Amino acid sequence: MAKKILIVGGGLGGTIVANGLCRQLREELSSGSVSITMLGASQTHMYQPGLLYVPFGRMRESELFRDQRKVLDRCVPYFVDPATRIDIDKKTVTTTSGKSFSYDFLVLATGSRIRPETIPGLAEGAHWFYDLEGARKMRDALRAFEGGRVVININVPHKCPVAPLEVTFMLRDFLTAKGVLDKSEITYTYPIGRVHSLEPVAHWAAPEFERCGIKSEIFFNTKSVDPKAKTITSEEGTTLGYDLLVTIPPHTGQAVIDQSELGKGGWVPTERNTLLREGSSNVFVVGDTTNLPISKAGSTAHFEADTIIDNLSSLIKEDRWARDYDGKVFCFVETGLNSGTYVWFNYLTPPNPGPPSQLVHWFKLAYNRLYWLSARGLL
Amino acid sequence: MSERIKVDARGAFCPGPLMELIAALKLVEVGDEVEVWSSDKGSATDIPEWVKKVRHELVGIEPRDAYWSIVVRKAK
Repeated sequence: MAKKILIVGGGLGGTIVANGLCRQLREELSSGSVSITMLGASQTHMYQPGLLYVPFGRMRESELFRDQRKVLDRCVPYFVDPATRIDIDKKTVTTTSGKSFSYDFLVLATGSRIRPETIPGLAEGAHWFYDLEGARKMRDALRAFEGGRVVININVPHKCPVAPLEVTFMLRDFLTAKGVLDKSEITYTYPIGRVHSLEPVAHWAAPEFERCGIKSEIFFNTKSVDPKAKTITSEEGTTLGYDLLVTIPPHTGQAVIDQSELGKGGWVPTERNTLLREGSSNVFVVGDTTNLPISKAGSTAHFEADTIIDNLSSLIKEDRWARDYDGKVFCFVETGLNSGTYVWFNYLTPPNPGPPSQLVHWFKLAYNRLYWLSARGLL
Repeated sequence: MSERIKVDARGAFCPGPLMELIAALKLVEVGDEVEVWSSDKGSATDIPEWVKKVRHELVGIEPRDAYWSIVVRKAK
């Protein structure tokens, strides 16, 4: 009997796993002893980090998308048919169209989604760039902005933990170039007692904020927004007025995870080194879908996917475990429209970002193209 | 009946134990407790500081082998 691998989710994590497994299991796929199937939600694959550049006119919408079937290895049948129920006991996944897919190994790669509507007034009052529609609206708002109070508001949990700083520095450069910075005031709100969760990054960013004239409000967890009065209020009791509100919205996982009772909030309890669902020996979890206490970011999904590829192909070919995931995360950090730095860390190694440079910024711009090689499992 | 969920944030540099606590509190009911395990010594001060500011309830802090167990009850 052929061993069936089912991947639920067609984002970066699921796609790298699929393409990597195809390379590792080429002979088994050719002989029919293994099959790999993917269920996704869209015909297209979006380069999500590119959304950051859209409001500033630095990336075209057409640059963000590729046909998912062309990103995937031809060995992987791809169905645009999102899962509606995942039954771990019966080893089956039911889809929107009513089909049922059975599996021997399951990879959960359903990802996360923004939920601005979970905070009263936020969806009506704020701009964001975490989806295409939001990025378009924010681009229009920035084009029309002639100065005033800008609040950049960060909520928990969110993916891409460096994006809040990146959008802040890029917005400052944008307003400078537009000639309205002297008529503007930027205030950055953050949920904990420093301006970034990574302590060394916060130590670097706080004086940068001061140098750039960016104000910060720490310990600010959004309670509500009043879009008419143009105010935003925190659970800690602070209220700020704004003319332009940019938010990093709170995220949850996908509804199918909650509905299948696989994890509260759509996050699947996952063993931190094996990336197996807690209590399962044939269900792997990758990317934002895990409940692991590490960054929800494309690089996390990438490094996790590499581990899953090695382990799943080893289990199938040699019935043995290959290696553990060490918690590795790597993030570029854009520090303006012309400079950048990077940071990496894992479960044992703390982050230590270097000084920003134009070279790293250029490499990030190059990575905006190289992404498609990552998704194909070539980089 | 109130519940207690555990968040193992040991070795979590980003988003870190306090961010994990804030996210976990969004998923539980008022009266439920979240127990955070943190290997960051700063958590023993920054978590109580935030809990006081936002008016949840600090149930306890306990040093263990190379980490802290911090229990918070959702109060609102």
